[in-house]
Order: sequence, then C-alpha cells, then structure tokens
Amino acid sequence: MEKMSCPSTVSGRTMFCHLDAPANAISVCRDATQVVVAGRNIFKIYALEEDSFVERLNLRVGRKPSLNFSCADVMWHQMEENLLATAATNGAVVTWNLARPCRNKQEHLFTEHKRTVNKVCFHPTEVHMLLSGSQDGFMKCFDLRKKESVSTFSGQSESVRDVQFSMKDYFTFAASFENGNVQLWDIRRPDRYERMFTAHTGPVFCCDWHPEDRGWLATGGRDKMVKVWDMTTNRAKEIYCVQTIASVARVKWRPERRWHLATCSMMVDHNIYVWDVRRPFIPFATFEEHKDVTTGIVWRHQHDPYVLLSGSKDSTLYQHMFKDASRPVDRANPEGLCFGLFGDLAFAAKESLMTGEAGRKPYPAGDRRYPIFFFKKPDVTEQFAQVASALSVFESESDGSSRMDWFIKTARRYLLSGKPFAELCDHNAKVAKELNRPQVSTTWTMLRIMFSDPGNPAPPANHNMSKLGNIPLMNSFNLKEMSSALNERNKENRQDNLHNLETNLNNDENEETEGSDGQAEYLFGDAELDDDDLYSMEHENQAEEAEFSLPQEAFPLRHEIVDHPAAPEPPAEKPESPQVSGSEAESFCLTPMESFSLISVSQLLYQPQLTPSFFSPVVREMLDHYAEQGDVQMAVSVLIVLGDRIRKEIDELTQEHWYMSYIDLLQRFELWNVSNEVIKLSTCSAITCLNQASTTLHINCSNCKRPMSNKGWICDRCHQCASVCAVCHHVVKGLFVWCQGCSHGGHLEHVMEWLKSSNHCPAGCGHLCEYT
Amino acid sequence: MDSRDSGATWEGLASRDAGSRDAAMESLHQEVMKRVESIGPVPETPYSPAASDLNHILARILMLSKRCPYDDVKEKCIWILRSIQDIGVRIPRPLGNGPSRFIPEKEILQVSKVDARTQSIFEEAFSLGRLDNISLVMGFHPQYLECFLRTQHYLFQMDGPLSLHYRHYIGIMAAARHQCSYLVNLHVNDFLHVGGDHKWLNGLKGAPQKLQALGELNKILAHRPWLLTKTHIESLLKAEEHSWSLAELIHAVVLLTHYHSLASFTFGCGITPDIHTDGGHTFRPPSLSGYCVCDIANGNGALEEMLGNHQATEVSGEVEVLMERMKQLQECRDEEEASQEEMATRFEREKTESMLVTTSEDEECVPSRDVSRHFEDTSYGYQDFSRRGEHVPTFRVQDYSWEDHGFSLVNRLYPDVGQLLDEKFQIAYNLTYNTMATHQGVDTSMLRRAIWNYIHCMFGIRYDDYDYGEINELLDRSFKVYIKTMVCSPEKTTKRMYESFWRQFQHSEKVHVNLLLMEARMQAELLYALRAITRYMT
Repeated sequence: MEKMSCPSTVSGRTMFCHLDAPANAISVCRDATQVVVAGRNIFKIYALEEDSFVERLNLRVGRKPSLNFSCADVMWHQMEENLLATAATNGAVVTWNLARPCRNKQEHLFTEHKRTVNKVCFHPTEVHMLLSGSQDGFMKCFDLRKKESVSTFSGQSESVRDVQFSMKDYFTFAASFENGNVQLWDIRRPDRYERMFTAHTGPVFCCDWHPEDRGWLATGGRDKMVKVWDMTTNRAKEIYCVQTIASVARVKWRPERRWHLATCSMMVDHNIYVWDVRRPFIPFATFEEHKDVTTGIVWRHQHDPYVLLSGSKDSTLYQHMFKDASRPVDRANPEGLCFGLFGDLAFAAKESLMTGEAGRKPYPAGDRRYPIFFFKKPDVTEQFAQVASALSVFESESDGSSRMDWFIKTARRYLLSGKPFAELCDHNAKVAKELNRPQVSTTWTMLRIMFSDPGNPAPPANHNMSKLGNIPLMNSFNLKEMSSALNERNKENRQDNLHNLETNLNNDENEETEGSDGQAEYLFGDAELDDDDLYSMEHENQAEEAEFSLPQEAFPLRHEIVDHPAAPEPPAEKPESPQVSGSEAESFCLTPMESFSLISVSQLLYQPQLTPSFFSPVVREMLDHYAEQGDVQMAVSVLIVLGDRIRKEIDELTQEHWYMSYIDLLQRFELWNVSNEVIKLSTCSAITCLNQASTTLHINCSNCKRPMSNKGWICDRCHQCASVCAVCHHVVKGLFVWCQGCSHGGHLEHVMEWLKSSNHCPAGCGHLCEYT
Repeated sequence: MDSRDSGATWEGLASRDAGSRDAAMESLHQEVMKRVESIGPVPETPYSPAASDLNHILARILMLSKRCPYDDVKEKCIWILRSIQDIGVRIPRPLGNGPSRFIPEKEILQVSKVDARTQSIFEEAFSLGRLDNISLVMGFHPQYLECFLRTQHYLFQMDGPLSLHYRHYIGIMAAARHQCSYLVNLHVNDFLHVGGDHKWLNGLKGAPQKLQALGELNKILAHRPWLLTKTHIESLLKAEEHSWSLAELIHAVVLLTHYHSLASFTFGCGITPDIHTDGGHTFRPPSLSGYCVCDIANGNGALEEMLGNHQATEVSGEVEVLMERMKQLQECRDEEEASQEEMATRFEREKTESMLVTTSEDEECVPSRDVSRHFEDTSYGYQDFSRRGEHVPTFRVQDYSWEDHGFSLVNRLYPDVGQLLDEKFQIAYNLTYNTMATHQGVDTSMLRRAIWNYIHCMFGIRYDDYDYGEINELLDRSFKVYIKTMVCSPEKTTKRMYESFWRQFQHSEKVHVNLLLMEARMQAELLYALRAITRYMT
C-alpha cells in the first residue's frame, strides 16, 4: 500500500527553515508529510509544505522544561502515526502520543538507563516494541503496553552508540559500540548476542540495515570509514569500504538505489555525502548547504530517492532535492600519470582531451577503449558522469633498463665535496664525458675556468680540458659575445636534433612493435599516440625558443600536466621521461673542427679583472636552463659544488625546488646514500631538516617476533638479546644485515665472509639466504 | 675527560647489557678518581670550576646510587662514594626523603622490586635518559605509567608540528603558571639541551613574539578555561608573520594542558626535586640545623606525625562508611527518582558549594628558583566558575565530548596524539584494582565517576546523566578541599591536606586519586580549548 504513493509525485524544492536551537536528530512520519526535530533545546514538528516548512507543534512545554526534553535522538513510528519516541541525555526514554488532547503529549517515561541514551528505535512492523541503546552499555526492549522494559541486553562493554532493527528479519537487531564492535542480537534471547565482530577502530557511531538486501549492514565510525558488511555468511564479511574525510556520525541507505548511501560527519566537515559504495573514492553527490555539522539525516520518503531532509547544529532544517546536489565528479580531474617499475609511463585522460589532440597517430590496432564503469540503470541524471578515460601506456625500449643509467651512474660518481673546487669540477667533467655527455662535461670545465682562482691556475691534471668537449665553447668565450656563443651552441644542437630525429624514428619503429605486444595486456586505451607529437613538438619548440634552449626531450604530455593545477610537483617527473636520456645518450659528438687553435684564447680568461661574480648571471641562466631541461641533477650538483659562489644568485625557493626534485629522483632510483649526501650538503633549511624527520626504525625481536619497544639489545618480552650475529653469536652493535626471508643475519663483514663459502643461512635454518 | 665523553658514560650506565654497564662504571670510576686527585683531597677553594664539575658528577653518582634500576650500578656507585669519602672528599647526600614529600621513600621504591612490569618500565625510562621522581611515584600504577610515558615521549621527542625547543619552552610556560619549580627546572635543562636560546629563559619577553602570544591562552587555560572563546583562537591564528598554524596550536594546547595537570600531580603528590638537580642534594653534613626547610614549612615535623596518627585512629571506619554509602546509592537509585528540577539544582548546588570550599591561603613554601619570571600577570588565578555577575553557560558534555568531538579534532590535526590521549584518559578513568584500603572486591566505579565529575563540575562541565547528589554522599569535605586545591591552585597543596583526606587509604590509592584528578583536569581544559577551536573553524 505504501508503495502505491508514487515517489515522483513528491515535488518540492530545496528549502530550509531556521530552528531556534541546534538539532540533534530528525525523523519523518510514515507518509512523509511531517518531520520532527529534536535537540537539547528544541522539540518541534514541522509540516512539509510545497515550498516551505510550517511549524505544527511544539512538544517542549512547561515552564521549566526538564532534561527529559533534552533529546539525543528521536524516532517517529513507521506504523502508528501518532507515536514518537525520544532518547534523553539524562538517560530517560520517553514516548509521545500526538493524539493526546492536552498540551503535554508525553505518554510514557522509562528511566531505567543510568547514562545518556544514545538511540531509540521502533520495530519496523511490531507496533508496541521499542528498543533503546545507552551509554551505560545496555540495550533495553520496551513493550509500550507495559510500564517497564521487557528485556535487557548487556553488551558487556562500553557504551552503545546505535541500535537498529533489521528490516527483514523480524527478531534481529544490530547494535554498535564505542569500542569498535558490532553485535547482532536476537530479540528473544537477551542472555547473549548471536554474533559479534570488530567493525572499526574506535567508536562505531552508527549502523543501518539495507532496506532491500537482507544481509547488508552499513556502519560508520570515528575512524572516518563507512563499511558495508555482508551478514549472510558465517563471518561478517566486509564487502565495501568508503573512506571519508571525517568521523562518520550517521549513515542512511538511499531508497530505491541499491548501492547508494548518505553520510554526514560528526566534526569539522559540514557536508552531506551520497556515496556509491562501488566507487568509494569520490562522492556521488554532495549537499553543501549547512554551516555547521549535520547531526541528522533522513530520506523523506522510504521509496523516494530524490528528497533528503537534514538537521544541523547551525539551527537549520533543510530539504535537499537531489537535482540540486553538487556532483564532485564533474569537477574532478580524470587524469592520472604514473611511472612503472621499468620506466614505463601510464597516462590516463579524458577521452575528449585525447581526441582533441591534433596530429595524433591512430593506434594501429584501432581504438580499443572501454569505459571504466557500467551502469545498469539507464536513467541519465542518476549516473555518475561518464568518465571514460583513455589509458595510454608508454613503454620504454627494450634496453629500457639502461635508459636512466646515465643518471644513476652520474649520481654515483659525481663528487660534490671533499676536494678543492677545481678538482671537483674536473672530476665531474670527466665523469660526464665518460658517460658520453659532452655538453655537461664542457659545462663543468667552464665552471672550473670561470671560478678558479686566477692567481692559482688549475692543476695541469685536467687532461680533458684542452681536448674535444670544451673547444667549441671556448671558441666563443669572449664574454661580450656570450649570447652569440650560446646561439652557436644552439645551432649545433639543432644539428644534433636532426640526429635525434633519426634515432627516434628508429626507436619509433621499435616501440611500435613492442607497444602492440604490450598493449594486448591492457584492456583500455590507445597507446603510442604520441610519437608523432613528439616530433612535431620538437620542431615547434625549436622555432619558438630562439635562444639557447636545448629542446631535446620534448614530451608533449608533460606540458599538459605542468599546466594542470592538480599535479603539484611536475619537476619531480620531468627528468624521468624516457626521452631525455634517449636523446641525450644519442647526443652528437662534436666534430673536432676547431680543436687546437683555441687554447690561446682560453688563456685570455685568466685576466685578473674578471671577478667570479661577473659570471654569476650567466651561470644562473645556465642552471635555470638545465633545470628547465629536466636535468635537475646538473643544476643541483653545480649548486653544491659552487657553493657560496652562486648560492646568493638564486632565490631560496627555486633552490629548494631543485633539491626536492633531485632528492625525489634519487630516492626513486634507490640511491639513498647519494640522496643523503645531497641533503647533507644542501644549505636550504627546508632540505637539511629532511634528515631529521622520521629517524625511527621499528624492529621486531628475532626470537619472539614481536616488536621491540625499548632501546637496547634485549627484548623485554622474551628477555633475550635480539640482534645476535648468526656467525659469531655476539650481539651486533653496528651495521646489521639480515635476510628478509628467514630473518637471520649478523655483522655485515661476517655474513659477507660466510656467503663466500655457502649459500645457506649461517644460522643453520636451511634457508637459502638472499641479500640485496 | 671532557663532558662529551662523560655523556657517553652516563648512557652506558643505562644500557641493558650488564657488560657495557660494567665498562661504563669502570671508566666513571677512573674519571672520578682522576678528578679527585687533580683537585686534591681537601680543596682550598671550594667553588673552583673543577670542584663544581666534580660535585656535579658526584651528585649524579648519588642519584644513581639511589635511583638506578640496576642493582649492580647502585652498589658500584655507593662503593665509589664511600671510597672517595674515605680519602677525604666531601660527598653529597640527598635532601628530603625520597621522590615525594608525602609518601615514604621506602614504599615507593619497593614497588619496582615487587612488580616486574614496573621494573621493566623503569629500566626503559632510565635508558631513555631519565627516570624522574614523577615516574617513580607513578610506578604504583604501571599500566598507567607506561601509557603516560609513551604519550610524553611522543609529545616531546617524536614528529610533530612544533620544533623541540618550542615544545620545552611551552612546557616551561605551562608549569610556571602554577609555579611548579620542579617541572620548570626539568624543562629548562631540556630546553637548553636541544639548543634553546638562553635569552628566552629571562622571561616571556625574551621569547619570540609567537610564543608571547601564547601567554594569554596559557593563562586562561590554566585558571579559567571557560572564558576561552574563538576570538582568542583567532588572534593566535591570524597574527601575520607571528601566527600559529592550526596543527601547531593543537600541539601547543596539548602541551599546555598536559603540563598544567602534571603540575597538579607534582604538587598533589609532593614531588621533590630529582637528587642530581639543584635542591635535590646537599654537600653539608647532616646536622640539626640542616633539617629540610620544606619539611618544616609543610608541618612535616615529628609532632605532626603523632597528631596524624592520633587522628587516624579516631576516624577508623571511614572506609566502611564510604562503602556503605556507595552500596546504598547503588540500591536506592532505582527506587527513588529525583525530579528533573531537583537534578538540575543539585548540579548548581554542587557548583556553588565547590566555591565555598576555600583553599587555605597560607603556607606557601615551595623553594622556587625564580620561577616567576616565566609568567606574567601573577594576580590572575582560578576564580570560581559562574560567580554572580559574569554568567557563563554551562558546558554540556553531551554536546561536546572528548570521545566524539575532541578526539576527532586532535587526531585530524596532530595524528596519533588523539589515540594516545584517548588511551590515557581511558586507562586513568577505568583503572581499578577493586580494592579500597584493606577491603577487596569493591566496585569503585561510582567513586571514580564522582571524583571525575566533581572536577569537571568545578570547571562548569555538566553531565546530563549524572546525579550530582552522589558527590555529596561520597566525597567528604577534607577530600573536596584537597581536590579543589590541587586542581585550581596546586601550588597551595600541603602535606597536611594530603594526609587529612582518606586517612586509612594506602599511598598507592592516593596516587591513584591524583592520577584521576590530573587526567580529569587535563580533559576539562582540553575540552574548552578544543571547543573554542572548533567554533573558530566553523
């Protein structure tokens, strides 16, 4: 009969009215025409008119209202339209009969609970049965025809936060507790619960049975989670989990929508969210009207999914229409970028964005894109926005693992401190050269020349200086013509880029075949769309950047992300784009055309009137340039080696940015030592303090496998020395190495010694130890 | 041997490994002998720097000989002291008797011998560098102590929004508010140790403006937290370059409340200075004139002892009466129901009555190392909640509770601390051994709740579901005086007060009460502060 009243006839609009006091809970009557609002200082019934709330009744009567009126919860009977029940903060359970002729509608008063009653709940089909849950840890079932409770259920624990009768099982109710447990009871058996499980860490503030699905129970807790449990199995199974941003105060399933539920939070966050539990990362819809925390939510009609009522601490009562809800998904950025273990890059973006790109080469196997979500219901307004993202995977070439080699090797071999400046430069120049990076090498040499003390010429040890790499630059090293020199360089680079193009074309072919192989494994998306862009961009770049940029590793996607507000740290990614190394590794070898004649020119540099500070602007530009290119490694290394000579020229923030990027990169390549060295050598306070954070190492005792909570070498649980060397059986107080497989280990040198003779664990456990 | 090396030595003594303790002990011995020889047996100038260095070391050895949880170290230290005394060096001797002025030393130190858990906690605290008198006294309740130390360690050592020296300075500010010289000294040392600026210690004016701004909050929070409003919070958060971030503020608030309440505990249990610090030991030979000043000031004379004993016999049966009352309350509660109006007036009555419980103004005695310079506006003290004239609305726990609201806010802005505090509150509130004095198997939950709610009542915090008539039944006047003094102006706590309530109860039970008071006070302050912050945020 209920179902006859068609939901769609409930028309209305989003509206609100001011209450006199903060609300604690609300409830609607069966036919959805009236709503009761209860709070510490308010207890009123409002009628829901077409476009406004109209106050019908004030139940708070009497000169000096007692604490019985101070309601923590209220519920309107769903069978009997004159019956209401409230839970009072002083521990009273009160029922109200609207049919009473006098002003005071109070009918029964049960004062059996010793502490605040948190929740009352009428049985959905049984007229006279009322259940309450209190802070004192008891739940009581009242028969409204009697003056006292008929049965008491002891949760054997702390306070009860919520009680809910099951919609489908006549005898079952669920109770949630402050210690994180949820119990299931049979109303006929007050002696012990049927089932108990731990649902949350910290209090479970609320629970709600699914209106249709018999076995589903949603719980919300202080740990900011909403969980959906399947209770039909032997063990309660968590089937969905939604992570919200604040502790969850109330949860209510949305009528007629199997997967939807509404939540509001206890603190900080004032919005009401409607979630699709299958898509837990973004709310399906939000209502953002309230100015203080929402304390009560209820769907206006039990078969109408479009109207939600809510009460709040801000003393307002709202009716929210679903069509006015905001849909966060519309504002979300469906773009994502991630690097794989071997330098692969996956990139997902809205389809429209991808197709909009000009000059895209279609994926040879045709567009195979799959929308990520399917919806059973065809109702367009009721769907999540179609977020068909296209996922592209860019694989590195077959020699992919060696692609970033130059980076790793450089990081390992560069010397950043500990020697005189000139020697550092020479060393690093040599390293760069050996790694086939002549330009970098040249830069180092130049730096040495610029900043070395003129009166104390560099040691002759710099054998590579007068040879290949640096020559063309020396050539133009008349300082007044610096820019022209750079242009010169640029020309070279353009040539170089032509080379690149060729190599890239070759690569392209490789990639094409590989790509299609790899592609078969992915369900969605068109990979390899960008190789063409790559070239076009490259040309463009060259045209645009007339001065001295080296557009070697243009990578179109990157630019998009840089512009994107949602991607906060673009520089961290930059140098990792596989193309960097590709082109740089393939970089040209300069034709040694002007080789030897220029040494004489270089002598001119030692003119005493040129102070090092004279070079600073140039060096600064150079650093900017490298960083812009994605080679933060160079930027940071130079920064450290030059130290005070250049530091003041570059503003702190930029420096910090470079450092952060470089450190991030080093850590991704697991170059922990180098990264630590960089942190130590940096002068930015924000960087050096990185070393001081999270310096705690948690270890387990090797005997009893439990966490070591104390300092020292003895586990306080099993009272044995925890870190004993398996070889010499002494306690290790220094470098300790252990096998992660069997957790035996010992002194580094002992274990190394041991492994020379045997592969098995020195402890005799028979494990074939592997050390990384 | 310079101080750096000796630092390593001290650390070695705290090691759990007997071997390394032995080695450290040996080197310590050698060092002492070396110094003794260099100075000569009877120093001509008693205040030469070398001598004061030596005295420093000797004081520490003395401390170790008394407090070290390891017996081998203890014995060795005693032996060292004896041996150098034999060659004519003046050695220090502890002042006062034990970690607390109120509780006999023997009883406190016995605990660790009986309880293995306490012992292991002490060892751990010791290896972390400090086993202070507070911990020793709390050793009566190892379950709580463990949690307390963990929280304190987290607040001061672990990752957090505030820098280390800020944390200690805030600790100093908070403790100074109650003129708690013990805590101030403790943190002055720590503050300097983590590289704090000496100038700050000359008073709040020497500190950065940011910290100065915190002074007001400190003051209000310590004495009249109900006056805290969101404008206070706003003024801290929006002060241009000196402004606090929310996370920093939460950290600061937790530290402030922690130290206000810890000051209560310190006074409430009569914690004495640690042996190796100033005021904890003396080099004077024991004589009649050297009788501890504070003992006299506190009426800790022999005469007093006798009087106390005399009275104790008189009031025997106090416990029984209390238990009887609890039983009665338990039974009759279901039958006789007070009307709602009655309940409301009972709260008001308790509130107003708590105002009448006056604390004695005399007997201010604490030997303070010029603590006063750390705080301003000395006249600002506790004032009874809701005097006529300024009406502050009652704080209803049902509207803003720690479990529902406070926790979420703290944990959001200062992760993990909410959890730690939650645990600490719960342990303190639920701690029971089901004993009362000599009686076993007593359900004390009613009594604990009465104490907890009485303290909250003094701060104007009301529980809707509590009958405040119970407080009157369960807490007698002398106990109320003690509670009120300890919570509102702890510096006025005296030994007489400590002794005059619950005479038949054991010291461990009185310490238990102190823990309850401390945590209840901390929660009350926190609730007001957090509510103000919440209001600011919405």
